[in-house]
Amino acid sequence: MDVEAARFIGAGLAAMALIGAGIGIGNVFGNFLAGALRNPGAAAGQTANLLLGFALCEATGLFGLVIALIMLYAPPV
Amino acid sequence: MAAGPMEQFAVHPIIPLEIGGVDVSFTNASLWMVIVVATITLLLTMAMSKSSMVPSRLQSLAEISYTFIADMIRSSAGTEGLKFFPFIFALFMFVLFSNMLGLLPFQLITGGAFHQFTVTSHIIVTLALALTVFAMVIVVGIAKHGFRFLTLFVPHVPWYMLPILTPIEIISFLSRPISLSVRLFANMLAGHTMLVVFGSFVVGLAAAGGALSALSVIPMLVIIGVTALEFLVAFLQAYVFAILTSIYLNDALHLHDH
Repeated sequence: MDVEAARFIGAGLAAMALIGAGIGIGNVFGNFLAGALRNPGAAAGQTANLLLGFALCEATGLFGLVIALIMLYAPPV
Repeated sequence: MAAGPMEQFAVHPIIPLEIGGVDVSFTNASLWMVIVVATITLLLTMAMSKSSMVPSRLQSLAEISYTFIADMIRSSAGTEGLKFFPFIFALFMFVLFSNMLGLLPFQLITGGAFHQFTVTSHIIVTLALALTVFAMVIVVGIAKHGFRFLTLFVPHVPWYMLPILTPIEIISFLSRPISLSVRLFANMLAGHTMLVVFGSFVVGLAAAGGALSALSVIPMLVIIGVTALEFLVAFLQAYVFAILTSIYLNDALHLHDH
């Protein structure tokens, strides 16, 4: 296969890391809402944890993006 | 029009310098680090110069950021962690202001004469910060506990689990600087790339003419939302960097006895 083509396919495959990030972010906010609706009084105290979970989760998808960018923009070998 | 979404991250020398064959030019990245540090210093000095019992708006900004970080350290590393407050506060403010100032459209205001630049969108900057944190955690841990610091890698589990879990603990400890730096760098890189890509949609559609020009409103609305999200991410990543630093410090200070 052409190296250039393989590079684009690889970058596309690396972008699949966003599947996991999407599921994870959905879980973080979904579970927070479920908990917050059961006990609204405790919700405000957990925003720090919510944001921490969101940021950690989002980062895993971006690791895949970095791999994709390295494949797209790294000098050809 | 910019040549591509990655063009904005280019580092170019402003004052070329070379010492002993090593390129140490003063670049736009160095300039922006100076701007960030100068802004923080100026803001905090101005805020506290006329301090009063009833704080002015600027003074309460400084006080809020102080108590915000102090509370964060106290809750994640205990009162003992407050000894490291100056370090973590400086780290938080530097990352926060680099992220925030990089989002301001200086290029638009000055008509292309002066480009905005996010220093934290470069892995070398974030890796240097993360390795400083990593080295500090090891030094603090060894200074406080000596060889007992190595028990950090031995979790409280039945003995037959140790051959599996100890290597995992060691690998997770060693990968900390990588995950800490790549998280911040990738967030900034992805955000700015996304802004330029959506921006080029607006320009491209508007230039297409006819009914397509009217459609350029759609990516314009998206870009407003994305910019708002990027300001949230800019703050969040600075916060995450600071809180992970204090969590790592907590490990070094208290090992497993929490």
